[in-house]
Amino acid sequence: MASKNKPSTVANLLHDLMQKDSGSIGVEDISAVLHGVMETLRHELSDADRKVFVELEGLSNFIAVTKREIAELRPDQVNQDFIPTASDELDAIVAATADATHKIMDSAEAIEGVAANADKEAAAILTDATTQIFEACSFQDITGQRITKVVRALKDIETRVDSLITAFGDEIAAVKAQEPVKSEVSNGVDDNPTDESLLNGPQLDGDGNSQGDIDKLFD
Amino acid sequence: MKTCLIVDDSKVIRIVARKILQELDFETAEAADGSDALQAVQAQMPDAILLDWNMPVMNGIDFLRALRQLPGGDAPRVLFCTTENDIDHIRMAMEEGANEYIMKPFDSEIMVAKLSQVGLI
Repeated sequence: MASKNKPSTVANLLHDLMQKDSGSIGVEDISAVLHGVMETLRHELSDADRKVFVELEGLSNFIAVTKREIAELRPDQVNQDFIPTASDELDAIVAATADATHKIMDSAEAIEGVAANADKEAAAILTDATTQIFEACSFQDITGQRITKVVRALKDIETRVDSLITAFGDEIAAVKAQEPVKSEVSNGVDDNPTDESLLNGPQLDGDGNSQGDIDKLFD
Repeated sequence: MKTCLIVDDSKVIRIVARKILQELDFETAEAADGSDALQAVQAQMPDAILLDWNMPVMNGIDFLRALRQLPGGDAPRVLFCTTENDIDHIRMAMEEGANEYIMKPFDSEIMVAKLSQVGLI
């Protein structure tokens, strides 16, 4: 190859990349370098060069396909909708189990009060049973800690997906533009609901219809 | 009657521990974090401390370090009671002056065994 006399477009691109101090190189940047290499090679190809050129072109196409496939996964939806919803659901689990556990323990304490006035044999049985109830209730603390770990993992995933969204912003926007508008839904009411779209329970506090709202439908 | 301070940010764990300890004839007091526990031991040093690791404000290991610096702070038997179970955590707790280590969730059987090992029952 005799590319010494040509303006070094690839060298310039590589130089620009070296100057970046972000610690990461974007897919767009890599793609630009590959295109630069191909353009440089296009004019002066030996057999060996042609082979390299074909390899590079294949690599470039692979990157383009991968970019499109990742964009079609809509990582923006994952961060805007799925992860926050999952975190809220997990928080609701912690709150609900804590509430239920406190009620169970209050009830067990009430039984203990009765045991104090029962005959000796019955009191022993009731005390043993309530002790086991109290011990079993410690599951709530463990469950809460495990769920906190899962929420932390979700936050980590969210950060990584953010990086994907930054790298594939243009492709994601293109995919979003191609998605059909949900015209069937008018005034917030879906005229052709599917089973899946109707099944949203259990709802978080404040979401969905209350028992009162549902009762009104039967009045 | 022996005394035990239960230090845990979980109300459920404090109640469970209190029930078990009262069955074992311990007089109990409770604290929701290391800072509250530090105030409690300065008012009255207990015979035993059941100590959680992860707590807001002041965690269990920082409380233990502060406790062992106090006058008479070497007296209480400290039983770490936590979900942290890797060797480094356990070694650190022992180096800072913990006497025993109980894995959560616990029951009265393990509590009896550990209190027995530290000579309190």
